[in-house]
Amino acid sequence: SQQHVNVISCIRSTDFEVHRNWLAITHSLPVSRWYYENTSEWTLDYPPLFAWFELGLSQVARRFDANMLQVENLNYASPATVLFQRLSVIVTDVVFIYAARECCRCVREPKGSRDVLSRPSFVLAVLLLWNFGLLVVDHIHFQYNGFLFGFLLLSVAKHLQSQHLQGALLFAFLLNLKHIYLYVAPAYGVYLLRSYCFAQDNKDGSVRWSSFSPLRLLALGAIVTSVCALSFGPFIAMGQLPQVLSRLFPFKRGLCHAYWAPNIWALYNVLDKSLAVLGVRLKLLEEAELPPASMTGGLVQEFEHSVLPSVTPAVTLVCTLLSILPAVASIWLRPHGAQGFLRCLLLCALGCFMFGWHVHEKAILIAILPLSILAVESREDAGIFLILTTTGHYSLFPLLFTPAELPIKVVLMLMFTIFSFTALRKLHSAQGSLLHPLEVIYLLGLVAVAIACEVVFPLSPWQQRLPFLPLLVTSVYCAMGVCYAFLRLYASLLLRREEKPKQL
Amino acid sequence: MQTWSLVSICVLLAIIARWGVSLNSYSGAGKPPMFGDYEAQRHWQEVTYNLPIQEWYFNTTNNDLNYWGLDYPPLTAYHSWICAYIAKTINPEWVELHKSRGYESTQHKLFMRMTVLVADLLIYIPAVVLYCLYLTDGSSKKKVSIMFCFLLYPGLILIDYGHFQYNGVSLGFALWGILALGLGWDVLGSMAFSLALNYKQMELYHALPFFCYLLGKCIKTGLIGRGLFLLVRIGVTVLATFALCWLPFLAEPSQAMQVVRRIFPVARGLFEDKVANTWCSLNTLIKIKSILSGDSQLYLSLACTLLAVLPSCIRLLTKPTFWHFKLALVNSSLAFFLFSFQVHEKSILLAALPACLLLNDLPLMALWFLQASTFSMLPLFLKDGLLVPYIVTSLGFLFFSIYLLSALDHCSEDKLRLGAYNKLFYWLPKMDLAFIVRWKFYISIAAMVGLSIATAVLIPPPHLPDLFPVLVSTTAFLHFLGTFIHFNVVQFSEPPSRKSQKKSN
Repeated sequence: SQQHVNVISCIRSTDFEVHRNWLAITHSLPVSRWYYENTSEWTLDYPPLFAWFELGLSQVARRFDANMLQVENLNYASPATVLFQRLSVIVTDVVFIYAARECCRCVREPKGSRDVLSRPSFVLAVLLLWNFGLLVVDHIHFQYNGFLFGFLLLSVAKHLQSQHLQGALLFAFLLNLKHIYLYVAPAYGVYLLRSYCFAQDNKDGSVRWSSFSPLRLLALGAIVTSVCALSFGPFIAMGQLPQVLSRLFPFKRGLCHAYWAPNIWALYNVLDKSLAVLGVRLKLLEEAELPPASMTGGLVQEFEHSVLPSVTPAVTLVCTLLSILPAVASIWLRPHGAQGFLRCLLLCALGCFMFGWHVHEKAILIAILPLSILAVESREDAGIFLILTTTGHYSLFPLLFTPAELPIKVVLMLMFTIFSFTALRKLHSAQGSLLHPLEVIYLLGLVAVAIACEVVFPLSPWQQRLPFLPLLVTSVYCAMGVCYAFLRLYASLLLRREEKPKQL
Repeated sequence: MQTWSLVSICVLLAIIARWGVSLNSYSGAGKPPMFGDYEAQRHWQEVTYNLPIQEWYFNTTNNDLNYWGLDYPPLTAYHSWICAYIAKTINPEWVELHKSRGYESTQHKLFMRMTVLVADLLIYIPAVVLYCLYLTDGSSKKKVSIMFCFLLYPGLILIDYGHFQYNGVSLGFALWGILALGLGWDVLGSMAFSLALNYKQMELYHALPFFCYLLGKCIKTGLIGRGLFLLVRIGVTVLATFALCWLPFLAEPSQAMQVVRRIFPVARGLFEDKVANTWCSLNTLIKIKSILSGDSQLYLSLACTLLAVLPSCIRLLTKPTFWHFKLALVNSSLAFFLFSFQVHEKSILLAALPACLLLNDLPLMALWFLQASTFSMLPLFLKDGLLVPYIVTSLGFLFFSIYLLSALDHCSEDKLRLGAYNKLFYWLPKMDLAFIVRWKFYISIAAMVGLSIATAVLIPPPHLPDLFPVLVSTTAFLHFLGTFIHFNVVQFSEPPSRKSQKKSN
């Protein structure tokens, strides 16, 4: 955490003000006003359990600087406030450190003596704790992802250790803390139903309907409902559920976030734009017919596509469900135990990332962190991990745009990349190289893109006319890498040899 | 893991630590009219870029020497000129003559911090990496650990990237000199050290050991024949380097004299501010400054310094090995720091560099001294608003060096070279010296932590406003004195075991 503390004085982002506002709302206002309050534009849009968490934090915040808890003090950022917020992230990271430790205990250690630096559990620990994306998003950009990912990884670790009730409890908590983890809820639902509620399988791996255990289903149901009651209870009692849901799922925001996440819709947008430009050039379209260039303005708003059909939230939902259907079906029909569950979780996360509505590029971390566990054990997964991680982390670069942060992000990225490449190569050295030459060329191209966007572009004349160009190029280039990783992960799940399903 | 990847990760970590510190405040931030060292460096860029060379060191209408006049040798001036040239292309307002006085902005701060980082990357860090890889013994993991601790030394990071100076350049050149001497390239080494001397005159603290080592080596190889030839070559190289650096000023003798007058200001007193050396600490008991006249202060300090430095240098002259060279560097710089005239607290960095070289052989003593040296500069850091970086870097350094170098494990009497003490104090009952040393270490760290907290948090009583700086400097002084005595004893005792002696010649 030394360097976490060192960057305490970095520029703060809007997320800092968001969380300060939530501290103020939960502390100063009665519960009934929490989801109606909109003095500030950053309204409460996380589930109630997170609001209770902020309430707890605000009790400590009072000792640091009581002024930050006034709702009217918009953009209040005294040194004490900054210190408190940053410290809270560092302290809640304890959850993440504990979770990383649990994951390391699940990793199979190969026989034979090895020095500390080459043991899989050590490599996993460093890949998790020093994950570039997490460091940048949490400590510079400011969020509580370490805390939340701690819950996710702990839940995964519990499932890997066959303690399913604890895993389910942790996931229920997580879902009520930040609803973005709905992305991976299908994986949990199907896996627990199939592998936990049906206590045994037939010899060939198919479902043994007779082994259905109502007791287990009841236990799971009780856990989920009690956690939801704890979180949503007061709001349901006050009849505020529709308002809360409308705050949690704001579909008024556009298809793409201000910084385009590297997913399918970024490629779709670029295709649409280039077709429009091409159409105008070839005189197939009238320039006046096209809607104004609002998509690339970098603001969050509704917009339409000019040539290709517009995309509505329903369409994205259908695409997402279609994309995760094979994975979910696979663990229903041929479960591979907890490892298969982890793979399905990754695919759900990536599928929702690729096809979801208004996806943040930070969501790529939901896929990267669990993939680290698979990467230290299998050579193929290590190759996929390297591609996904490098492109995913690079796509986070636009989040830090001030010159003061440029050395930090470049150096941190270099460190993580060097470590992941050399450590994973050493772990899997016996089985050949990790990356195909074409993949290596793609990753080297990333360096070229980085230099072009960070160094060449700001000094070139196009800066005024096309300010969004670096973001566009970054998104598109990374989207290709993410798509490729998605497809390869799917291949590895569906084409996997059958393993004997574990008895629970 | 391969060495190169470990080395690059450690270097990148060191860069992060440096850049993290540089995001904090600098000396004299927002404090007109004089500001601080940061403004001094910016002013030198302004002066060297806009004025002709002849006017750089003179008091003219355009160049007011009372406002941060140049008082370092010419190489600093040339470096400032290069930085000013780059500054001018980015934003001419930064170096406009007269108008840019006291200029402060976030972009300018970024630029200045970048210049320090670039200078470090070009000069200091490669020297450290090469030294640790080629001149320390042990497994490659041990070498990387030493390199990491070396690069994490808090004092240099806080002064260069916090307070704002370019010590990395002069210390880097000196380190290149030491590296060359260790590899047997004496001529190149002397050239590097001459460059260091021409960057900051305080490198004179290291001059005697360099001189005695090279002279001793020449004598050993025979004063008639090869030795003399080597001596001549070294002499010619040094003179040529000096001539090259001072070329523009050698046209007129008055020019050269003025530069000398600027870099050696003997009109000031015995000490300024609270420094952890003998005179300041003595001053708390006996008011030396008022008892002795200016001239006798000068002679007293000269005499004491020479007395302190002589034993170590003569030993080096008779036994010119690399091991003795390293020890003599520490002893000489400590002697100068403790007894010399007009010493600044930042000069402890000159003793810290050789101490870093000893991290491999005497880990506990070296890291103890390095920690004490950082602690001694605490009042300066508090004045610059660098408390948080100070805490973080000191704790990080302490943790990493104790853990990676297993300093507290290798605590036997033999490893600590305490054998000599047994011989000296043979009349005292036999004690477990290693045990005593370990406990002294714990107590001392606790004292440093306690005093740091007290200085940062408590308000001194009104009739003793300087209580905490004085306590800090006296504690540091005791540490430095103890280190000085210990390293002298080590230098005069048996050399290390044959395995390491073979490699360090």
